[in-house]
Amino acid sequence: MEQSVPTHREQTLLPEGMRGVVADFSSDQRAFKTASWGKAMMWIFLLSDTFVFGCFLIAYMTARISTPVPWPNPSEVFALHIGGQDVPLILIAIMTFVLISSSGTMAMAVNFGYRRERRITAALMLATALLGAMFVGMQAFEWTKLISEGVRPWENPWGAAQFGSSFFMITGFHGTHVTIGVIFLLIVARKVWRGDFDTERRGFFTSRKGHYESVEIMGLYWHFVDLVWVFIFAFFYLW
Amino acid sequence: MVEIPAGSASAIPAAEVADMELYHPKSWWTKYVFSQDAKVIAVQYALTAISIGLVALVLSWLMRLQLAFPGYFAFIDADRYYQFITMHGMIMVIYLLTALFLGGFGNYLIPLMVGARDMVFPYANMLSYWIYLIAVLILVAGFFVPGGPTGAGWTLYPPQAVLSGTPGGRDMGILFMLSSLIVFIIGFTMGGLNYVVTVLQGRARGMTLMRMPLTVWGIFTATVMALLAFPALFVACVMMLFDRLLGTSFFMPAIVEMGEQLQHGGGSPILFQHLFWFFGHPEVYIVALPAFGIVSDLISTHARKNIFGYRMMVWAIVIIGALSFIVWAHHMYVSGMNPNFGFFFATTTLIIAIPTAIKVYNWVLTLWRGDIHLTLPMLFALAFIVTFVNGGLTGLFLGNVVVDVPLSDTMFVVAHFHMVMGVAPILVIFGAIYHWYPKVTGRMLNDTLGHVHFWITFLGTYAIFFPMHYLGLLGVPRRYYELGETAFVPPSAHSLNIFITIMALFVGAAQMVFLFNLVWSLSRGRLAGGNPWRATTLEWQTPQTPPAHGNWGKDLPVVYRWAYDYSVPGAPEDFIPQTEPARDIPTREVVA
Repeated sequence: MEQSVPTHREQTLLPEGMRGVVADFSSDQRAFKTASWGKAMMWIFLLSDTFVFGCFLIAYMTARISTPVPWPNPSEVFALHIGGQDVPLILIAIMTFVLISSSGTMAMAVNFGYRRERRITAALMLATALLGAMFVGMQAFEWTKLISEGVRPWENPWGAAQFGSSFFMITGFHGTHVTIGVIFLLIVARKVWRGDFDTERRGFFTSRKGHYESVEIMGLYWHFVDLVWVFIFAFFYLW
Repeated sequence: MVEIPAGSASAIPAAEVADMELYHPKSWWTKYVFSQDAKVIAVQYALTAISIGLVALVLSWLMRLQLAFPGYFAFIDADRYYQFITMHGMIMVIYLLTALFLGGFGNYLIPLMVGARDMVFPYANMLSYWIYLIAVLILVAGFFVPGGPTGAGWTLYPPQAVLSGTPGGRDMGILFMLSSLIVFIIGFTMGGLNYVVTVLQGRARGMTLMRMPLTVWGIFTATVMALLAFPALFVACVMMLFDRLLGTSFFMPAIVEMGEQLQHGGGSPILFQHLFWFFGHPEVYIVALPAFGIVSDLISTHARKNIFGYRMMVWAIVIIGALSFIVWAHHMYVSGMNPNFGFFFATTTLIIAIPTAIKVYNWVLTLWRGDIHLTLPMLFALAFIVTFVNGGLTGLFLGNVVVDVPLSDTMFVVAHFHMVMGVAPILVIFGAIYHWYPKVTGRMLNDTLGHVHFWITFLGTYAIFFPMHYLGLLGVPRRYYELGETAFVPPSAHSLNIFITIMALFVGAAQMVFLFNLVWSLSRGRLAGGNPWRATTLEWQTPQTPPAHGNWGKDLPVVYRWAYDYSVPGAPEDFIPQTEPARDIPTREVVA
């Protein structure tokens, strides 16, 4: 970057308007000027994963609107009996709150990572992982409760069989994403704690130098998983 | 857009991307087997894909033998026939064409052509190959499980795919097929992310997107499409796996099997078709776009002329890629849908003909007044144009609802898609192998054997698939084990079937010549030197041939011009490498 060779930009007059956008995007070496390889790769992976979740949700919606049997009422099914009355969607509300909070701690971890405060970063990542694990734990509780009430992938006591199938498939797939996220949070947190990113220690498999950017890339994935949950929450529980 | 024949090459931009840290192999295993070098991974991908492709070739022979001589071969019963059809289609489309174009050519050519040392994440790239290999092994294992592989047809439509009437439906076959696809998609994603990010973020100095060879554009666009289309297949496979294993009813309506009411009910088979074809149609272009790109470069190099309308070619690739996501339901005209949808999907389908036709015109205009060398790559490129135009024109027939309905599920469809996405891309693959083999191995492929291979393959495939249109127009249905005593099929159709089968055996045998050539030339071929075709693109400018790990020696290449400076007036030679800095040598590059 320090080289004094004149850049493309200084040399030629760049076109304006839409052409300028194209010329900018298609210029030398990198299309996204500020994105590193890892970050670009994560963004594109998330785009692909969006299509996976999109297909799952569209398939579920198709099943829901085309089934001839009535769909179970989510606010009754997902109610908890607390203090003598049924509170609709209370568990889901808590789960959502926990997961969204974990996005907050994750964002703070990224911030402290770039300030190179490795202990605080590691602690915040551990907190994120803990909240993620809490989410998965509550999901396990929810699954157990529904299974004990007779919900199965192939049937349930209240209506369309696709309710159970879609529920287990979509929340299961999302829960798997959260679980994988928790595992990787722990791995990256360990690296932060050990100071790998301060010493630029090389990765075991990749032999690439470690950077605090890994925390941000981890964060991208984590925020994505949270965002997906918002859609699952809206389309599965609130509909 | 003005063409500036006398424009001079622009200056070097400052380095934005730091030189990448390579993984240095520590042992024989990490150098040749678990290699993180994209070039080794490419060869691994290619050899695996070709090997499994040979299985599919043999399956097609067996199918043709049954069609020509029904009942003569006792071991081909109806179940076997459907298994052959299914595995032939699935292997050819996914495990051969997709893997070979993206995993094989993508891995080899992208880093070399954009001037990178390797893919951006070599480790993930290596995993991609090994996961692909696992997918292939699961697929092969499907042949040996009880009940054999699935016979549901390559589209795997439910409910029949998971019922007992279909081979492998209630046995293990369908499970192995679906698992193999899921594993393939996971593996592909790892590689695909690498290809996309390498093109977007890892190019050499001076290599703007609009200076990339069209090969890279084709593979890049196809990979982006694959990353967005495979998720639909992934989801469809997971859901069908659940239907089969857990007894869910995503795709299963209330259904009676063998006089017994099944537990399923309320599912939508059409939903599977939508998911499948949302993947399936882009898949056609995932195979076709790399072929388009590669053939553009073959034609330009071997006609010693710049590609006609480079920018238009790029935009055509991108537009075809985008449009192909909104045409999928033209595969479902006979599945039943709202007539307005039929109108919509027919319109979008026919619109694709415009950018595609632009590409064909530009290839022909590149040839016009070119200094055409009838080398083997050029012959295959010309054969591709002819075959592709033929297959593309029948696509216009099938894209119209009213014409498609009577032709649907006939041999006409088989002829159409084999010409347009079977033979045409395969011809490009052959041309590309003849073109780049010297770079991969340092030796030329044998010319005489190559000509034998070319003429039998080109004329032979025409003899196979051209008469099939006629069979289809007669109403001969596809996927039928035998026609039996069918009043509307005249005796001529039967003799035509025999002719097609004999031709298929010939063409298949000619591929053995090709394989022999690949092996023989490895040690006996003429030494090629670094740039035997006198081509401009970066992969021919490497310091070593075959290129070493890291591709470029000490310094990364710097690009001063586009990839198509052939026969530029005033230049000392009829090609100017992209790395040629001299400002007094003019370029034909089109500046926006």
